[in-house]
Amino acid sequence: MNNCIIEMKGIKKYFYGVKALDGVDFKVRTGEVHALIGENGAGKSTLVKILTGVYQPTAGTIILNDKPVQFPSPQVSQKAGISAIHQEATMFPDLSVMENIFMGHHIRNKSNGLLSWREMKDKTQILLDKLELDIRPDTKVKNLSVAQRHMVEIAKALSLNAKVVIMDEPTSALTLREVEYLYKIIRKLKSEGKAIIFISHKFEEVFEIADYFTVLRDGKYIGEGTIADITVDKIVQMVIGRSLAQMYPKLEAEQGNIILKVENLSKIGVFKNISFDLHKGEILGFFGLVGAGRSEVMQTIFGIDTKTSGEVFIDGEKVYIANPSDAMNFGLAYLPEDRQIQGAILAMNIRENITLPIIDRTSRHIFLDRNREFEITDEYGKYIEIKASGWEQLVEDLSGGNQQKVVLAKWIATKPRILIMDEPTKGIDIATKATVHNFISELAKKGIAIILISSELPEILGMSNNVIVMHEGVITAKFTREGANSKKIIRAAIGSISK
Amino acid sequence: MNKENGVLDIKKIRKISLLNIMWQWETILLFIFIMVAIINSNLSPYFLDYTNLMNTTFNFIEKAIIALPMIFVIICGDIDISVASIIALSSVFMGMASQAGVNTFGLVAIGLFSGSAAGFLNGFIITKFGIPAIAVTLGSMSLFRGIAYVILGDKAFTKYPTSFAFFGQGYIGNTMIPFELILFFILAIIFGIILHKTTMGRRVFAIGNNSTAARFSGIPVNRIRLIIFTVTGLCSGLASILLTSRIGSTRPNIAYGWELEIITTVVLGGVAITGGKGNIFGVVISIFIIGFLKFGMGLINVPGKVMNIIIGLLLILAIMLPELLKRLKPKNSFSNIKK
Repeated sequence: MNNCIIEMKGIKKYFYGVKALDGVDFKVRTGEVHALIGENGAGKSTLVKILTGVYQPTAGTIILNDKPVQFPSPQVSQKAGISAIHQEATMFPDLSVMENIFMGHHIRNKSNGLLSWREMKDKTQILLDKLELDIRPDTKVKNLSVAQRHMVEIAKALSLNAKVVIMDEPTSALTLREVEYLYKIIRKLKSEGKAIIFISHKFEEVFEIADYFTVLRDGKYIGEGTIADITVDKIVQMVIGRSLAQMYPKLEAEQGNIILKVENLSKIGVFKNISFDLHKGEILGFFGLVGAGRSEVMQTIFGIDTKTSGEVFIDGEKVYIANPSDAMNFGLAYLPEDRQIQGAILAMNIRENITLPIIDRTSRHIFLDRNREFEITDEYGKYIEIKASGWEQLVEDLSGGNQQKVVLAKWIATKPRILIMDEPTKGIDIATKATVHNFISELAKKGIAIILISSELPEILGMSNNVIVMHEGVITAKFTREGANSKKIIRAAIGSISK
Repeated sequence: MNKENGVLDIKKIRKISLLNIMWQWETILLFIFIMVAIINSNLSPYFLDYTNLMNTTFNFIEKAIIALPMIFVIICGDIDISVASIIALSSVFMGMASQAGVNTFGLVAIGLFSGSAAGFLNGFIITKFGIPAIAVTLGSMSLFRGIAYVILGDKAFTKYPTSFAFFGQGYIGNTMIPFELILFFILAIIFGIILHKTTMGRRVFAIGNNSTAARFSGIPVNRIRLIIFTVTGLCSGLASILLTSRIGSTRPNIAYGWELEIITTVVLGGVAITGGKGNIFGVVISIFIIGFLKFGMGLINVPGKVMNIIIGLLLILAIMLPELLKRLKPKNSFSNIKK
């Protein structure tokens, strides 16, 4: 294999004495999809930032087409044919697709130096056709879906004549169908000899699309190989440094009485006639595509949104929940999907975050009691194994997985009887994921009723006692653990109901 | 054992933050305050005169009293630019009542009530219809001031009961300490305790940092914002009582332009205009910096327009200072790495 387009050798990067990368080797060949795998903090982003010229390595060499090169700035790296697909950060929502694609490298008319919009428009159309994208060059980016924006970013990379395209968690906000489409485009780019660096937490994706992989752990190079010659277990072992006996440690919990009963809950234009029962100690999985209305149902039950009609019963009694505070009084807790916006208050510290919903309980009358807050934080922080320099550390300085643990600790500290978890493992590393799964099982064993919303099928199948599937605001199927399989669930999720 | 460790940790953290205090905003403000005092006392022999210092507080304490609730408003991520117009509105209502023969007690009640009602109206529109505070209070700023102009035209209310004069002109007992100043300190302590020591204060910071997460955590975000706007109105009404009592008359242009001075004071005091950050102590120092700076400049006959230039420069410099310090820091760290 000599057709290496990029070779990085012995890359080291120290930040204030911390070794973010410690002698990493990384080779990418033309026409391959190369998965860069590792937990959060393993050094993937740092490596990519060195490759795109954002960071300068402390030591090591980068070889591009057999010649040593240096990327002192992102522009130099881009000129050399390396493009990273960012998500929304670099898009200009009020500008057109064409303007976004040619931002920074506008085509000028050679004779008068003015911008040549017609040429840019034609080129944009060619790129869009190539990506089978049914949008017009002058559509504003804000009117596009997330998936379409990704495609525009890819078009931009192609317009720059990229030979290496870096995709960092490209599927995190996409629906199943959009992911399929992305794969198709990736395969197309591959067949044209482009090299694609694919960064993902999801192993199913890596095995689906990648040809080759490199694993990093704690800033160190762990290994590489072809995807065809490796198993999930082995990769997991490389990633976390030990073997994971069970990703989904489902402890069989005794199921008790019905604790939550939802009847014909509806919200016009969002969801309709949602009915289900939840038992003590049960883990009830909610599966569906993005936009199926699962979060909306749960937020309505939790009092964040208002319902149009329908009833909610707790312990057999009809309840009226007007706001989250009411919901908490009935023993409900809702771990939201977006931990950075809905879950944690990033600019506040761990103690303040964990005690926020129970601040009335930790205080003396209206006066704060910081020692009491500290004790509770210490209790739950240690229980959930939050890794931090202290409970006064700001949440924004924690890794994604630890931020999620803070939000989890915050809700478990409310001592809920019914815990609704909305995508509790989204975007977190595999070790934290396993920890979170462990807690879910443990909580269920203690008799807490759990609703688990997840878009990851293995998680739903691995964790739930029962599964409910939603599609466009209605429940399309209910399965028991025994009766569920991925095929049936997917069918119900995309709306083709088969009894 | 665990518990002991916990307490130990908290002590350690407090110790570290004691060291950090050197670099904190309040320290910078305190330094500026001392500089202002030293320069002023060198420029004019009249500056460090006890009676003069006490009497000059009359010129800024009414604004300071509104600055206190404004801290809460801004920490919540909101703003209220209608406060000076609320003063005018309350003053006009008090003036009308006074002409009709209402006694001092009644005037105070009217002042406080009309202020609170105006603040409640702001808060109600903002929270009920989800309109940004800047837009709503921009509107009510014109509305309240407009009502004052319509009622008064080019006239003025000048008839107030003699006992009404105490609030804005009185001293405590036989001392030279103005009643207003004591009232301000009492309020500052109450607002300080609420902001830093109570669950309400914690919730205000939570709302300012992330109102969505605050709402998801069971905090009644809109109710708290409504309370804060109402209290801001109440304090504006109180300031209106003090000001009307002090000058003994009501004209529709009363307290004109105060809102910007109040917001300037709060921002100079270290409250982040984006919300979520700030403390009472910084704002209290900032109130006295601006007050004494103006007093000192007045003593050496600096014209009012030039004072504005100097206050503007002070605000910009003070806000730039932490940024400048931040830029100095990384350089040091980089040189550490090379070693």
